[in-house]
This record gives sequence, C-alpha cells and structure tokens, in this order.
Amino acid sequence: MYWQKELETMQRPELEKLQAERLRETIKQASHSPYYKKLFAEKGISPDMIKSVDDVRKLPFTTKEDLRNNYPFGMVAVPLEKCVRLHSSSGTTGNPTVIVHSQKDLDQWANQVARCMYMVGLRDTDVFQNTSGYGMFTGGLGFQYGAERLGALTVPAAAGNSKRQIKFIKDFGTTCLHIIPSYASRLAEVMYEEGIDPAKDTKLHTICMGAEPHSEEQRRRIEKMLGVKAYNCFGMSEMNGPGVAFECPEQNGLHIWEDYVIAEIVNPETLEPVPDGEIGELVLTTINREAMPLIRYRTRDLTRFLPGECPCGRTHRRVARFQGRSDDMIILKGVNFFPIQIEKILMGHKELGGNYLITIETVDNNDEILIEVELSDLFTDDYAELQKLSRDVTRELKDELLFTPRLKLVAKGSLQVSEGKAVRVKDLRKLI
Amino acid sequence: MTINQISVFLENKYGTLNQVLGLLAGAEIGVIAATVADTQEFGIMRLIVSEPRRAYAVLKENNVSVHLNDVFAIALDRNCAGTFRDTTELLTKGGLNIEYMYSFACGGKLVLVLRTNNTEGTRDVVRRNGLNYLTENDLSKL
Repeated sequence: MYWQKELETMQRPELEKLQAERLRETIKQASHSPYYKKLFAEKGISPDMIKSVDDVRKLPFTTKEDLRNNYPFGMVAVPLEKCVRLHSSSGTTGNPTVIVHSQKDLDQWANQVARCMYMVGLRDTDVFQNTSGYGMFTGGLGFQYGAERLGALTVPAAAGNSKRQIKFIKDFGTTCLHIIPSYASRLAEVMYEEGIDPAKDTKLHTICMGAEPHSEEQRRRIEKMLGVKAYNCFGMSEMNGPGVAFECPEQNGLHIWEDYVIAEIVNPETLEPVPDGEIGELVLTTINREAMPLIRYRTRDLTRFLPGECPCGRTHRRVARFQGRSDDMIILKGVNFFPIQIEKILMGHKELGGNYLITIETVDNNDEILIEVELSDLFTDDYAELQKLSRDVTRELKDELLFTPRLKLVAKGSLQVSEGKAVRVKDLRKLI
Repeated sequence: MTINQISVFLENKYGTLNQVLGLLAGAEIGVIAATVADTQEFGIMRLIVSEPRRAYAVLKENNVSVHLNDVFAIALDRNCAGTFRDTTELLTKGGLNIEYMYSFACGGKLVLVLRTNNTEGTRDVVRRNGLNYLTENDLSKL
C-alpha cells in the first residue's frame, strides 16, 4: 500500500514537528548560498526563530524573478563540486531559471517519484514508458530515475512519434505511461486509426498525467479511451520536477509530500494565508534539499487545500486540481510560455498591427491555440506576400513555443479594443 | 494607361463582404467589377469602382484594410477565345507573368482586368501592339 508507510501516514503533530526540524536545517543550509546569506543577514533570520512549522510565515518569499536575478549559481548552497546535475527552464523571457542538484537531492527526488508511482499501484513488475521529452524538461529524467528506483522496467521513449510509441507499448508490454493529457488523447486516436483497441490489445492499466492543466471530464474521457486509470501529477522544475504532489487511488486531490515541502496557500495580492479550503497561490518551501533550498517559493499556481482526511490513510494534505495561474503564464502541451513571447514575434513584423488575441480551447480532445493578429496599414494586395507572412510568423512562433499554433491574420480594427488593460488571452479550456 | 483598383482584405468570417459593400453603397459608389480570391484563412476582394479614390478614403476611414493600386483594363472583342489568346501571347512574348486577372463584359466587349509582375513592361507591350486599353475616363462612361 505504502512506499514509506511511516512517513506517509505519520500523524499530523509528528509530521509538523518533522517539518519544523527540517525547516531549521534548511535555513541553516540556505544561508550558505550568497543570496540567502545576504537576505537572512538583512532580515535577521536564523534557524532558532522557527519554533513550529507555522513560523515559516516569518520568512521572506522567493520569486521566479529572484531565481533569474541570481542566475545561474547565486542560490546554490553547496560547493559546485558537490553538484551533479542542473535543470533549466527555457528562459525565453530573460534569464532562465536554473535548479542545481547534489547527488543526495537526486536520490531524494527519485524516492519522491517512486513513492508517487507506488501510491497509484505501480510495482517493480510494471513496464513504464515515459513519453516526456528528456533533457532539461524535468518530466523526462525525473520520472526515469523515479521509475528505476521503483524497480519498474523503464522505456525512455521520449516525446513524439506516435507509431513508434505504440509499437513499444505493444512489443514491450508497457503497462504505464507518463504522458501529457493532450498527447494521451492523440495517442489513443492513432491507436484506433491503426485498428488497435488499447483496452484489449495492450497491457496498459495506468497513466501518470501532468504538465498541462486538464479537467475531470477530460481525465475520464482519456481513461475510457485508453482503458486505464489516469492519475494527476504535479511538479515544477523549481521544486525538482514531477513528484511534488500526486493523486492517490482515490483520485480526489493530490497529496503534497509534506516531508519534502512546507505548503502554504496565500492570497496572491495580500500574501496572507487564505482560510482553509479557499483558493489561493501555492507557496512551497523545500525542506529536503541541500544544493539549492528555496524558501517560500511563489509557484503562481492557484489551488486550494481539500479539507478532511483522505480514505487512503495518508496524512499529507491534499490540494485540488490546479485552477490556473496568478500570473499570465500559459501551460499548453506541456510547454510553459508567456503571452509576451508571442507578442515579441508579432511585433517584429511591420505588416502586423499591435492588436492580437490568443485563444486557447479544447478541440476534439486537443488543446489548441489560435493567435489572431491584425494587419497593419501596410496591407498590399499581394496574395503571395500575405501567405508568406503567415508562414514566416507561424514558423517563428513554432521555434519559440516548440509547437505549431494556428495563426490567423485579421483585418485592422476587427479585434475588440478593450478599455484599460487589453485582454490578450482567452482561455476557454474547461478545467474544473 | 492603367486604372485604379481597390483591394480589400477580408477575414474569412460571416458578414465581412457584406459589410464592405455596405460602406461603398452608403457612399453611393458604383461597382463595375469585383472578384474575391480566398484561402482558408482570409480573402482578398478586388474591385473596380466608379470613384476609386473616394472609395479608398471611405473604406480607410472605416478601418478596412484597403489598398489602391494600378491595373490594366484591356477591351477585347467579346466571346472570342482567339483575341483573348492573342493578348496573353503578347504578354508572354514580352516576358511578363500575369499575377491575377478577371474580366467583365461591357457593351459588346470583354474587358480583361489584369496585373503583371512588371507594370512598365506591360505598358510597353500595350503601346507597341496597340491594345485597346481603357482609362478611368472610359470607365466612368460605362
């Protein structure tokens, strides 16, 4: 039932005592990094001010901006020779964010992912195929090491090439996939096209699904299409990657591993804790990381704590399915991006005007992005030129976003001009 | 030797063509010929109108993506594929490519509206071969 029974079912008072202890250690550890050393000195922060886990609120927040400003190693708290890996975000909007890991950190992370996988019923007898991109994207190596720790036979198929994925699933008897929801739908469709019934013709029984917001309805549809149980997983590179929170077999909320992080949910405006059960921004403090501890990291992800105990017996609190962002970051097809990245490309073409609208919606089980942009005054009646413009801009967007958006040139003045802050993004996906 | 043509960018959206024509009608501008070329995403409507400059101003004022350019209008004997062919042959021999062309019938003549890749070269061909081109003035009498 449990990968680490004692830790997973620890009574709350004990768990909170463990958190407070680890938080004190974390403050001590963090103060070895140039950034926190200076900050703690300025603010008079020391480990002994933590009497209980609630004292975490006395600590300053850390933001993505702080990570960027201290790029690449300003927050590293151990000598670099003790570090064995780094992961980095794509960083197209400035400096990337870099997270550096020691061997101990990687071991802990692998354990965290193994715990998640064990929780949803995966064992060393399973064949686990990872359709995540490997490399900097933490969904690749993160799940790889976790699945190896679990003892499963791993198939590091990486992203794309549906026919090859399906061949592996059939030939190797894959029982579990790690996959983003839009690709899960796509893969199921390709199977049907090839006359394969995933429920009958494959051994698939479980999928771990994350990196892209999705609704309960979408999950049920994917489960039905593939004949599997699908579990929602949550992670972010700043918090290692996958494994931060994961659904248990109840499929009702994601357990946050509170021996790894201290989780708070705050009002993104006031930064005060919201009453239990209310939606706010998730703030996480690592309490189990040595190379790069992060104190009160503002994830920008919006969620709420689910009240009550989970029937699965785990005492670690659950958060609801994620409900959006407190900034304008868009998560689509496993890629994170900001509207400004799109805007920069559009504005680089004098034939295009200043008005644009990004619409995201679910079409045939796939999350699609449509970018409408107005033409400028320079419209020239040249058909070939317009088509070339459309092609060029689409290609540039693809290079930036790593997937191909639909681009639509529209007449000048045809997009709604809004008063005040322009509405640039319409997200029509149903997430709740 | 050339006439003004109005080009309008049309979104592939319900009612856009109607809206543009409504603006012209409101300004009491006559349409002599029109053609719409389209892709899946957008279309371009090209128009020969009674008062191209005023039409351009009206559309521009109303935030329509519009462009004014020069095209040739060449009158042929009606219903005669031969004269049509003769004309295209002259252009071909002049090393010209036709970018687009449409036609309308008027007073027993077939009028070809065309744009090539080289306006100056086309002027030469028209002049040297004495092709029957129409001017803005001719059009206003139609």
